[in-house]
Amino acid sequence: MKQRIIVVGNGMVGHKFIDGLMSNEKADEFEVITFCEEPRLAYDRVKLSSYFDGSSAEDLALTTEDDYREKGVVYTLNDRVVSIDKDKKTVTTAGGKTEAYDKLVLATGSYPFVPPIPGGDQEHCLVYRTIEDLEAITASAKESKVGAVIGGGLLGLEAANALKNLGLKTHVLEFSKGLMARQLDEGGGQLLCEKIEQLGVKVHTGKNTKEIIEGDECRYKMNFADGSELETDMVIFSAGIRPRDELAKQAGLDMGERGGIVIDNHCLTSDKNIYAIGECALWNNFIFGLVAPGYQMAKVAIDHIIDKHEEEFTGADMSTKLKLLGVEVGSVGDAMGQTPGAQCYTYNDGVAQVYKKLIVSKDGKKLLGAVLVGDTESYGTLQQLFINGMDLPAAPEQLILPQLDGEAPVGMGVDALPETAQICSCYDVTKGDIQKAVQEGCTDMGGIKSCTGASTGCGGCAALTKQVMDAELTSLGVEVNNNLCEHFEYSRQELADIVRVKQIKSFDELLESHGHGLGCDICKPAVGSILASFWNDYVLKEEHVGLQDTNDIYLGNMQKDGTYSVVPRVAGGEITPDKLVVLGEVAKEYKLYTKITGGQRIDLFGAQLHQLPDIWQKLIDAGFETGHAYGKAVRTVKSCVGSTWCRYGVQDSVDMAIAIENRYKGLRAPHKIKFAVSGCTRECAEAQSKDIGVIATEKGWNLYVCGNGGMRPRHGDLFATDIDDDTLIKYIDRVLMFYIRTADRLQRTSVWLENLEGGLDYLKEVVIDDKLNIGQELEDDMTRNLANYQCEWKTTLEDPEKLKRFRHFVNSDERDDNLAYVAERGQRRPATEEERKNRIPLVEIAD
Amino acid sequence: MHATDTTQDTQSAPGTAEQQWVEVCAKSDLVPDSGICALINQKQVAIYYSKRLDEVFAIGNYDPIGKANVLSRGMIGSIGDHTVVASPLYKQHFDLRTGECIDSPEHTVPAYEVRVHNDRVEIKI
Repeated sequence: MKQRIIVVGNGMVGHKFIDGLMSNEKADEFEVITFCEEPRLAYDRVKLSSYFDGSSAEDLALTTEDDYREKGVVYTLNDRVVSIDKDKKTVTTAGGKTEAYDKLVLATGSYPFVPPIPGGDQEHCLVYRTIEDLEAITASAKESKVGAVIGGGLLGLEAANALKNLGLKTHVLEFSKGLMARQLDEGGGQLLCEKIEQLGVKVHTGKNTKEIIEGDECRYKMNFADGSELETDMVIFSAGIRPRDELAKQAGLDMGERGGIVIDNHCLTSDKNIYAIGECALWNNFIFGLVAPGYQMAKVAIDHIIDKHEEEFTGADMSTKLKLLGVEVGSVGDAMGQTPGAQCYTYNDGVAQVYKKLIVSKDGKKLLGAVLVGDTESYGTLQQLFINGMDLPAAPEQLILPQLDGEAPVGMGVDALPETAQICSCYDVTKGDIQKAVQEGCTDMGGIKSCTGASTGCGGCAALTKQVMDAELTSLGVEVNNNLCEHFEYSRQELADIVRVKQIKSFDELLESHGHGLGCDICKPAVGSILASFWNDYVLKEEHVGLQDTNDIYLGNMQKDGTYSVVPRVAGGEITPDKLVVLGEVAKEYKLYTKITGGQRIDLFGAQLHQLPDIWQKLIDAGFETGHAYGKAVRTVKSCVGSTWCRYGVQDSVDMAIAIENRYKGLRAPHKIKFAVSGCTRECAEAQSKDIGVIATEKGWNLYVCGNGGMRPRHGDLFATDIDDDTLIKYIDRVLMFYIRTADRLQRTSVWLENLEGGLDYLKEVVIDDKLNIGQELEDDMTRNLANYQCEWKTTLEDPEKLKRFRHFVNSDERDDNLAYVAERGQRRPATEEERKNRIPLVEIAD
Repeated sequence: MHATDTTQDTQSAPGTAEQQWVEVCAKSDLVPDSGICALINQKQVAIYYSKRLDEVFAIGNYDPIGKANVLSRGMIGSIGDHTVVASPLYKQHFDLRTGECIDSPEHTVPAYEVRVHNDRVEIKI
């Protein structure tokens, strides 16, 4: 008979437990029931604040109801377990349900502590923990101008960031002397405070709120113990968390003096059939308020339940690295230096606003802790030195001192790490796991991420993961060969640089100077694309004809039977009825199969080679131009109707979409590029699934980059917020040109970004901060390219020599006799082999 | 029209007794480093001109894998010692001298002898 496991609470840790148990080889021996008081199954609370950047509840979800059903997990939402009968081994819910268990797992988590302040229970006094809390904050912010956050810890600063982004004048009130008092020492906390104030958030330390009363100018007035006061319209409490232990208390389990369910190294409570994991559990008199230790506890509890008894919970590393309000902060181990005999090194750069501190053991050999504010580049090295108890280098101060130009950065090198070193704490991925993935064939970051999960959580370990991957590739003797093909011993990026710097204008010139052989269907289109990206010559010029791939060479998309589809540009998806009629008439005349594309234009299929010039002449006469649907080039800018017609639109998205499409039309790139512009946050144009996505805000535009639909969907990353029209275009110019310069052949922007060292932050530094000092150059490249725009079809139609190529036979006017079509839903489509054999009535083709 | 003639997935042996040189087009009709298609005795023949090698090649136009008359519209180049065309449909490479498909040797297309005579392109067929 199956053992019945009941999991109380379906937060991140409860879900981790269920997921781990159900994917264990012994999963069939268990049936799992879970209760969740929230209206939805587990979601990613660590990324909760991304909800304000437009992530939906679905984006944050860690699982789905379908997934649970498939795995046979029985779940109840919106219901809370209110009592446990340890002797009968049953639980009862508020809804009156009673269920029996063999083993009970308490993963009830924690709740935000709200200090008992008079007036603290009024409307617009909120907390920050669940999606519902965030919805309440958003609603309250709409009726508020000023907001105050009580608590300057990690969550409090996230809440402050949210209020700031919601457009409120924001205050942070901290009881102690510095921010993030649990993770940072005084010096670090002070610098963080200065940096945050520069961003427009007012920080008040040493404030003890006495009461919240009616305000004079704002909704409320907060009175502090030191006699000062502050007016605010809303208040968010973020004064720490408390374990949700009332259920355990009722059941008579052993509790800590200040709360928390006491557990042993197997996560067992004082009852041998009840486990507690996550933030409700008290181990060694300590509550772990981070998700990684909770995940470890889930793993340990599973190990014990399946009778394996190999793992124990023996404490957890509380090191953290994060970006708060744009400020990088890292904390490792004993950041306060409380270990007896601890010594420290401090580096404080008041000009660059960087603070770093190392805490080392009495003998100076081991790292005990570290604090980093303003620059967390050395976090990975320090954290590994700490958790693996490795020996410090002879001059430990080098670990935090700035490197002079030309000096190699001081690190220990990933080779020094043991195989068991945990690289990704979010998904518990070790160095050994990454090495194994490389040995099994993952050779890029995308592969490592999807195979091991490493660096897909907070992303803090991305650089370290890549180093481990590269080191393993090298040790396997895999020469990381990124040569384009056998004809060029250069990567696409290197060839792009050569073409740009040496002003090379043709494939032959490049092959002569940097390659050998005749070229092939890999290097020719790639070089053709590079030449087009930088010089934007007419692609059918004699020296370029041989470089054009299947579709480019006849300026149409070849279909399976060798005929072409025709897609004129319909900028922004806006089209007049007259033009629509022309498309209909042309399609009718040539009996073209007609379909609306995903990019808001119209695709006409089945045109024979010799028909293309006639068809395009008619389209161009009617005011159309080529849509470049055949090229690795800018395709469409999808848009919603926007503020001109829509009741909800806040900006004219169609106008912006047309402007963007007309600006970048014809731009050739390593792969196709799609854009979209939405007129409000409802995002009807699905801009976050595009290479470049633009979403209107009350104040301007939010820019998202490197999204993708298709085979491997990826949401675009928020790149800049509330920017004006000119800044928007400037950033797009720079991002696209940087992509064109540095991407691999046929690499979409999404994969490019994932493989870009430094990722999104680096891209922002290059584009927004102009770190490489190439911003103007990128814009100039773009301007030069765009100045050479031409409608390739118009140019072709004007040249009788070029038109000669648009016939099936050089020596006959006959057409290809292999074409055969059948009728379906009132149009034609290519006949299948079966239909050809059975001589299904074929339809006529227009000549 | 005999569509079946062009859809045979077999190699024709060049140089057999009945074959003779047929004039097809002017040399100036060839597109450098690209292909054109000619209709000869109801057979579709793809003709390519490599400027770098200054050499003309001819093979059957029918792609036995994509099952369409498209090879003349493929891109030419080299793989090792082979001079090849890549099918524009699914990109398999066919040797321009032998007609052999390098990626799936079970497929072959006819290869024809070709020469330029008095600025006219002639195919032996």
